Amino acid sequence: MATPATVHAHAPQGFIRKYIFSLDHKVIGLQYYFLALTAVFVGMFLSILMRIHMIWPTAVLPLVGEIKPEQYLALMTMHGTIMVFFVLTTAPQGGFGNYMLPIQIGAPDMAFPVLNMLSFWTTFVAYMVILAAFFVVGGAPLHGWTGYPPLSAIQSSGPGEGLGADLWITSIAIFCVASLMGALNFITTTLDLRAKGMTMMRLPLTVWSWFITAILGLLAFGVLLSAGILLLMDRNLGTSFYVPLVVVNGVQMAHKGGSPLLWQHLFWFFGHPEVYIAILPGMGVASQVLSTFSRKPIFGYKAMVYAMLSIGFFGFMVWGHHMFMSGMSPYSAFAFSLLTMCIGVPSAIKTFNWLGTMYKGRIRFSTPMLYAIGFVSLFVSGGLSGPFLAQPVLDIQLHDTAFVPAHFHLIMGVAAIFGIFAATYYWFPKMFGRMMNETWGRVHFFITLAGTYAIFMPMHYAGLAGQTRRYSQFTEVAYLQKLIPLNTFITYAAIITVAAQFIFVINLFWSMFKGPKASDNPWEATTLEWTTATPPPHDNFGGVTPVVNNGPYEYGVPGAAKDYVMQTDPATGAAH
Amino acid sequence: MATYTPATPIDHVGHGHKPPAPPAGGGDDGRGGGDGPNYGARLRRARLGLICAIATVCMVFISLTSAYIVRQGLPTFDGSSNSYVRDWGQVDLPWLLLAINTAVLLVSSVTMELARRNVAQQAALAPVKSIPGISLGDERSFPWLGITILLGIGFLAGQWLAWAELHARGFFLDTNPNSSFVFLLTRAHAVHLVGGMIALLWAGSASLLHRPVESRRIAVDITAWYWHFMAVLWIYVFALLGLAR
Repeated sequence: MATPATVHAHAPQGFIRKYIFSLDHKVIGLQYYFLALTAVFVGMFLSILMRIHMIWPTAVLPLVGEIKPEQYLALMTMHGTIMVFFVLTTAPQGGFGNYMLPIQIGAPDMAFPVLNMLSFWTTFVAYMVILAAFFVVGGAPLHGWTGYPPLSAIQSSGPGEGLGADLWITSIAIFCVASLMGALNFITTTLDLRAKGMTMMRLPLTVWSWFITAILGLLAFGVLLSAGILLLMDRNLGTSFYVPLVVVNGVQMAHKGGSPLLWQHLFWFFGHPEVYIAILPGMGVASQVLSTFSRKPIFGYKAMVYAMLSIGFFGFMVWGHHMFMSGMSPYSAFAFSLLTMCIGVPSAIKTFNWLGTMYKGRIRFSTPMLYAIGFVSLFVSGGLSGPFLAQPVLDIQLHDTAFVPAHFHLIMGVAAIFGIFAATYYWFPKMFGRMMNETWGRVHFFITLAGTYAIFMPMHYAGLAGQTRRYSQFTEVAYLQKLIPLNTFITYAAIITVAAQFIFVINLFWSMFKGPKASDNPWEATTLEWTTATPPPHDNFGGVTPVVNNGPYEYGVPGAAKDYVMQTDPATGAAH
Repeated sequence: MATYTPATPIDHVGHGHKPPAPPAGGGDDGRGGGDGPNYGARLRRARLGLICAIATVCMVFISLTSAYIVRQGLPTFDGSSNSYVRDWGQVDLPWLLLAINTAVLLVSSVTMELARRNVAQQAALAPVKSIPGISLGDERSFPWLGITILLGIGFLAGQWLAWAELHARGFFLDTNPNSSFVFLLTRAHAVHLVGGMIALLWAGSASLLHRPVESRRIAVDITAWYWHFMAVLWIYVFALLGLAR
């Protein structure tokens, strides 16, 4: 059995062992990161095709030609699935979590390095399988990332619902297995491999966020896995778990008696925690970066930890708020509504503490800090529409309008992406030994922030005005005519925002090779990754086992020689 | 879990609101000194990982159970009578065969436990045996692991017979919702048990390959706990199919 101690006795030399089938958590983290980077460009490309189609429905587009209604639904499905699973779940947790968690707790590697490698390559297989859905007969599935039956459960229900849908479900199932292996590793590593002195209450909030995310993943992905297996059985083996008596294109199907709502329950029992799986690491990074660049301890460290724990806890009890439209009992709806609004409390605590951290800080507006502030901004503006949608009476009005995509894109889409950006700009010097370009970083930030708001703020109003979701074409609908200029604006904003991401990618790769050399601790930060060499050696600390004496955010400690005290410095006796 | 060793407080400077935190303690100290692998820490880590894996498998079966109960209670619209009817259906389970399988699996759990205790004992005595001139007598122990593997194969074969018997009685996966769940739950359990068989073979091969006894102990230990979990899980599945028909 490979353990950190045995694995790290000697660094592997061959190219394949070093870069492809590596057991080093840092290499695996980068593999996850670059997988997500390719996925995010695929996802963005699909979204741009959708936006263009919405405005110019008959336009002939590159690669796809004129988009037919079913192709629009396929674009939507694949955009959602790829973004949620292979970007928002993969980059913050698999990418940065893998790279930084062991270093931040002072460990030489993850608890189970072989399992770690397996979980990346399993994710890679899942990614290849879902991409294959584009290229099979009938194309990609139409059922959205939520895969509601009966549409998703019957092969003949649409062009993409044959092999394409089977590949989609298979990919999700494989992804579940990969995520479960990853979650197991994260939890064990956090609990068992902390350096001397690294108590739970001295963990950086990033580690807490990855740890809680891993617990959510461990409990949620198993449910999706079994839901997916039932769906595959309904599709291919003639069972009727989800499919009631149904007629497709005039033909009565053999299924009867199943419940589409059963899928919705199982799916959203996974689906809502999944939202927090996407956003929690962003919260951790925002806390880390805000504290570092405000040169102040995080405001209310313990409150931050307990807020994340309670967000995770409540996250498992609110899945029904995705199903108010299903005709559930008003009593159930009331319970789900109340529990959902409870999540507003820990979320507000976090926001208050982020602002409290910045208050009267000596703020350094470097690019990571800009992105962390942007994260808080998006978290607030995307989060505030949550309590709207948590109320059944409003949700029934708004559910199938553009209001909901506007809400969740701001909060779990772009806010999480801002977390990834903050993490990238923040940890890039440590990961690659060079600094990213600040000027282009700021340009990228301001275009992306303005672009994000330009895309998603008007979408709320379009939703309030009754613009439906999922319609492939609305330009011919009389009552939506007045919304065409607004949608045209959104489409242009989306194109500009997507174009601006090339600034980021060019900055990323250019800086990797040409950026100015980074020192070991360019941000004057306190956590363990900044105590080791840049980039970190194979065993993270060069044969030294770090001993932790301080909390993670000791900035501006009175009497200290510098304005920050590293976690490994002699104890200051400050809080935590 | 981490151990916490409070140390003498150091005079703190400045604004600390609380007593100063101790300079050391907490976190893992299993790797202390870096002088070779610490098997105690490795065992603890492997068990922690196993607990996570078991939590996952529990979630899989909890969700299947909730699907079972929900689907059982659902009425179905019947076009011919224009009314809602209950379509759960009946399955004539081969009770005797399943009871024998259950007994085989429970016995295998016992033999697995004997294998686990055996190798734990060997690991505990390893330092003594390494002293020159000390012999603990006959080193060959009873092959409990091999017997467990055979019993595991026996259980799977028994399940196979049970499925064949169900087919013979006219119950297939898609016969009715009840039969769908019978096959689903028993096969899902069997798939997880095959995972346990692979782990058993891995633990057995560690023995054959003359790996250090401590490494073997870890392999056997976590496989044993997983195997016990499989036995408990089977009892649960069996009870669900038997009691919540």
